[in-house]
Amino acid sequence: MAEREHSADSMLRYSAQEGTPGRVVFAGRMDAYSVGPVWASVLEAAARVAGADELVVDLSDVSYCDGAGAALLYSLEHSATQRGGAVRLHGVTGAIEGHLKPYREAETVVSARPPQDIPWTQRLRAGVSSVGHEIFAQIAFIGEYGQALLLAIRHPRRVRWGDTLRVAEAAGFQALPIVSLIAFLLGVILAFQSAIAMQQFGAEIFVADLVAISLLRELAPLMMAILLAGRSGAAFAAEIGTMKVNEEVNALTTMGLDPVRFLVVPKILAGVFVAPLLTLYANLIGLLGAALVMRGFGIPMVAFFNQVSGAVDLTDLMSGLFKAAVFGLLVASVGCLRGLQTGTGAAAVGRSTTSAVVSAIILIVIADGLFAVLFYHLGI
Amino acid sequence: MIVVDLNRGDADPIGDDNVVIRVEGLTMGFGSMVIMENLDFTVRAGEIFVILGGSGSGKSTLLKHMIGLYSPVAGRILIGGADMARAEGAERENILRQVGVMYQMGALFGSMSLLENVRLPLEVHTDLPLEAMNRIARAKLQLVGLAEYCDFMPAEISGGMQKRAAIARAMALDPQVLFLDEPSAGLDPITSAELDQLIRRLASSLGMTLVVVTHELASIFAIADRVIMLDKETRSIIAEGDPRVLRDTNDHPWVRRFLRRSETEDLPA
Repeated sequence: MAEREHSADSMLRYSAQEGTPGRVVFAGRMDAYSVGPVWASVLEAAARVAGADELVVDLSDVSYCDGAGAALLYSLEHSATQRGGAVRLHGVTGAIEGHLKPYREAETVVSARPPQDIPWTQRLRAGVSSVGHEIFAQIAFIGEYGQALLLAIRHPRRVRWGDTLRVAEAAGFQALPIVSLIAFLLGVILAFQSAIAMQQFGAEIFVADLVAISLLRELAPLMMAILLAGRSGAAFAAEIGTMKVNEEVNALTTMGLDPVRFLVVPKILAGVFVAPLLTLYANLIGLLGAALVMRGFGIPMVAFFNQVSGAVDLTDLMSGLFKAAVFGLLVASVGCLRGLQTGTGAAAVGRSTTSAVVSAIILIVIADGLFAVLFYHLGI
Repeated sequence: MIVVDLNRGDADPIGDDNVVIRVEGLTMGFGSMVIMENLDFTVRAGEIFVILGGSGSGKSTLLKHMIGLYSPVAGRILIGGADMARAEGAERENILRQVGVMYQMGALFGSMSLLENVRLPLEVHTDLPLEAMNRIARAKLQLVGLAEYCDFMPAEISGGMQKRAAIARAMALDPQVLFLDEPSAGLDPITSAELDQLIRRLASSLGMTLVVVTHELASIFAIADRVIMLDKETRSIIAEGDPRVLRDTNDHPWVRRFLRRSETEDLPA
């Protein structure tokens, strides 16, 4: 009779004894911490000593056995059955039987989820249908908030101006430090990089033209829109998404308040209002940064700003501000839409927030491209 | 280091062998606000111990102190003889392994299936192979009647099922003490009664000690072996014992009103 002994932290010991029948004898504690280290070796030893014959598992010296211990006993039973054998438990207590019961019962339970073997044609149809629903939802949302915005224009007193100002303060005024930093660095980098090249031709003064046109028409609106998407678009989605998860949106609906009018309109108005203001501020700070760099290249501030006023006109400024207002509209709309589309659970809010930022940036870039073509044809 | 082993008779070095949790002179509060003062009680092995009290009396706060989420202002809570608030590192982990908690809203992780939720404590604390962990998780879900929903996400099942799944997760490591925070809250009477039966079964067949916070009258009489009742006004325990005996014999007007609510409500105006 061969015998082998194993111990796991002196807590669970077992010995496997060959013979007819083969025996596995346990002693000590059988819990989640002690069965792990011996799990594989016990199953292997049981297969070796019993094969397809009966296996006796002796639990007489087991001082404690919980659900994890029962899991090991059940695995011994299960693998013996698969080999064509059987297990006879010796020294089993009522408590161990109690722990074993759910393992035996769970084996025969089938999933309540309907079978997932769906043909590819059906999956394709479901996929197309879901894309269709998504597009329909977006169009419906645009219609819904377009109607709410028209209502706001026709009846300004019905707009929640308090909320609008609160959102505008968070999205605009509180963003000034980061806007200042980014706009200043943008002006400095633009001026510095172009001045090095221009210096070779003695044309440093034209850096003012370059910086002013690119900032006013393109870079300031674009950078501010991306910043707004990251700061406020994400915040709108998270705020409305959390309200949706907490059923606050449902509460508004049942109180007879339109969630679009109550939650979306103030945010969109704030977005349209603050984006041009932030852009205007970014223009000033960016030009200031560029002017400081050009002083280092021997161009006085007066000369720099004189050159700027000659290079750009009101159309350049206004076209940039108009673009910014449209970007603000897009960022706020998509942020609110993603918030309202939030599913259930904490992860859904995270997904909405990510989706709000990504969608906003894509929309900004597409809109910017369309503006470039439009302004070219309009000669602006 | 104090070795916590609640399965053995030597669990409590300071007194009664049968005591699993001993609360001594516990004062709870936040900042300058004191919620409860100088609480003393014990929880014995294998019993269902229910903490009662009106809304805002500090029931859930007491539970959070007992599981070590909050630190007491004064006094101590001994679990298996070890002071939860002062335990650190391996000792604290050792105590936490011996307790399972079901939170009021279930607190299942939304991004994981029920099986993964129940398997998580096993993955963190044991060296079991994946096959064993899956088997244990399925058995725990079977114990609460949810084995067929193993691959469902929490959002796909009802509130009552979520609470049962949360109990399964709390039991993953076969803790000696199970804390349940308002298990019947928000459930219909039938689901609530089923949950009560499950709680009773866990205590009787698996020999678990359960500490339950509830104010559902039906649940109290269905499950409790012993209760304590917290009073917001006096910031103390105003009654302790078998709820049926308290209902029939206790003289405190608030205790009588609480435990006989259904009777007084039926009285004509």
